[in-house]
Amino acid sequence: MDRIIKCSEAIREAIDQEMAVDERVILLGQGIDDAKGMWGTTLGLQKKYGEERVFDTPLAEDGMTGVAIGAALAGLRPIHTHIRMDFLVLAMNQLVNIAAKTRYMYGGSLGVPLVVRAVIGRSWGQGAQHSQALHSWFAHVPGIKVVMPTTAYDAKGCLIQAIRDDNPVLFVEHRMVHQAQSHVPIEPYALPLGKARILSSGTQLTLVATGHMVMESMRAAEVLKTLGLSVELIDPVTISPLDSATIFNSVEKTRRLLVVDNGWLNCGFSAEVLARSAEHFQGAGNISYARMGFAPVTCPTTKALERQFYPNVFNIAAKAADMIAPGISLSEELCPEAPEITLFRGPF
Amino acid sequence: MHRQNYYREILRIRRVEEEIIRLYPSDKIMSPVHLSIGQEPISVGACMALQPEDVVFGTYRGHALYLAKGGDLRQMMAELFGKVTGCARGKGGSMHLIDLAHGVMGTSAVVGTSIPQAVGYAYALKAQKSKSIVVVFFGEGAMEEGVFYESLQFAALKKVPLIFICENNLYAIHSHSTGRHAQPRHCDRVEAFGIPARRIENNDGEALHDAVTDARNAILKHGAGPFFFEAMTYRWQEHVGPGTDWHLGYREENEISAWKACDPVLKLANELDPDILTRIDAEIQAEIEDAVAFAEGSPFPQVEELYTDVYA
Ligand SMILES: Cc1ncc(C[n+]2csc(CCOP(=O)(O)OP(=O)(O)O)c2C)c(N)n1
Repeated sequence: MDRIIKCSEAIREAIDQEMAVDERVILLGQGIDDAKGMWGTTLGLQKKYGEERVFDTPLAEDGMTGVAIGAALAGLRPIHTHIRMDFLVLAMNQLVNIAAKTRYMYGGSLGVPLVVRAVIGRSWGQGAQHSQALHSWFAHVPGIKVVMPTTAYDAKGCLIQAIRDDNPVLFVEHRMVHQAQSHVPIEPYALPLGKARILSSGTQLTLVATGHMVMESMRAAEVLKTLGLSVELIDPVTISPLDSATIFNSVEKTRRLLVVDNGWLNCGFSAEVLARSAEHFQGAGNISYARMGFAPVTCPTTKALERQFYPNVFNIAAKAADMIAPGISLSEELCPEAPEITLFRGPF
Repeated sequence: MHRQNYYREILRIRRVEEEIIRLYPSDKIMSPVHLSIGQEPISVGACMALQPEDVVFGTYRGHALYLAKGGDLRQMMAELFGKVTGCARGKGGSMHLIDLAHGVMGTSAVVGTSIPQAVGYAYALKAQKSKSIVVVFFGEGAMEEGVFYESLQFAALKKVPLIFICENNLYAIHSHSTGRHAQPRHCDRVEAFGIPARRIENNDGEALHDAVTDARNAILKHGAGPFFFEAMTYRWQEHVGPGTDWHLGYREENEISAWKACDPVLKLANELDPDILTRIDAEIQAEIEDAVAFAEGSPFPQVEELYTDVYA
């Protein structure tokens, strides 16, 4: 059975269903037991599974990450939550030096089956310290997987797989993507990590987008369709390990690759995708490459500047159009600001 | 302590935040706001014991501290409106108020993170043989972060000219402090580091003022320090946003009555001359109207500003 639900509901359902069948799964994080339940993603779970398996934590990201790792070493499967990805910076040591390294540095004798959920913020003045997208940092490190689903369907399937996975998995969410709806089966199902999804097929340009930029790119692809331009939109879903093959297959056909990352460009995911493609094709067949992402600055709070900080439907579509048919003109009126941005009124 | 000024400062901050609540539905302030209503006596009492050259570090719940230390109201309002005339040129918003001219060194939105900077700043003041001190404000939630204890350790070791002020409003977002600490006697833990620690009950800004005055004297005259004060207080509004949050059920509405009973605005209004009260009200009203008009009338930053100030 299948119904349309929000991404946030799919996340809650995934946790609920895994907790129901696997007693080793525990859920911890700041405020997960409160009346808002992390935008609904943890609502009711403490009531259902008890305070030993579902609990609020002190404000101690570094320490609690280590605690979660320790519990994982003892055989539990912790899911540790963060309402903003920015706070992961405090947990970096435990995640990078311990969680990611344990299996290898002990010669395979130990593992850390841990899921870390972190939410990227955007809009309403989230600003410098509540809007960062740091998936590329973690993808740089061997030993930790990084997943960043953008449909409710992928969110549920990937989270279930992340919980079952014997490795540390960083599960990246986006405040604006939480509201996105899609068909989701009621039954539990796991999707393999490391598998990209082709969201719409096309022939003239391969557009690889992440996080909230998937929603923006989907709209851009629709606009381009009205101009007779055909875009293949790929959501990598897993940032690391990356499904390069799906991207190469598409680029083989389209000869154009545009990456729109929900993050900064410098030394980031977009650079990785372009580098892999360039290495793979070795200049064969004149492939054109481009990438877009956050402006190379700290995220400003004022709307007047924040608007320029992120790629949007219009400049994504304009970039793609220019790559396919240089000189083609695109009216900004075809590309209104995303409703999830215009309708969002905070306060957080 | 000048009680009329104390009253006036608290009332001024409260009226400013009430104005923010009034303006919020207009979407002119597109920023999370962590209001201090109810907690103003702590910032005001402490800052009235400081000199202009003393510096303070604070948190995202920073409107009260910014104003109490002398931060410019026009620039604060403009910052909330996202205007280029704001104290951070519209780039920081409500959570990152700053006014260097008045010793407001900034406010961080990542819990606990400004505490070690205050220690470092105080260390530098001592090295520079300065005659001023640093005060750092934070919530009791910040005392759960490891960096707090690392900071205590170094501050005590180097006897830096610093006063730690924990504004204990009992809750971190919706979690009660007792759900996060096995041992709620915060001062005992701080004393274990060799730092004198004292708890001040009942949102008592006047008692805090006297305590900070003594601590400041001890620091500057005898090289004492650091000091720690836990000021018990209470947040009247929701954690973030313009509303109240009794409907969420994590705290009882009647909990607030004890705090209202000791609220200086309500209490001192009964003691002061009604004519003075009327005059104070009118002055504050005019100042707020001026600040809002200034914010309204100011331009947004030009697009080029997006790229300025990333590097020196
Ligand atoms: C390192 C970090 N973790 C979590 C958060 C999310 N957060 C914002 S405010 C807050 C509660 C802080 O409580 P407290 O320190 O008591 O200050 P109060 O908000 O009550 O003034 C939390 C958990 C954060 N901003 N930074």
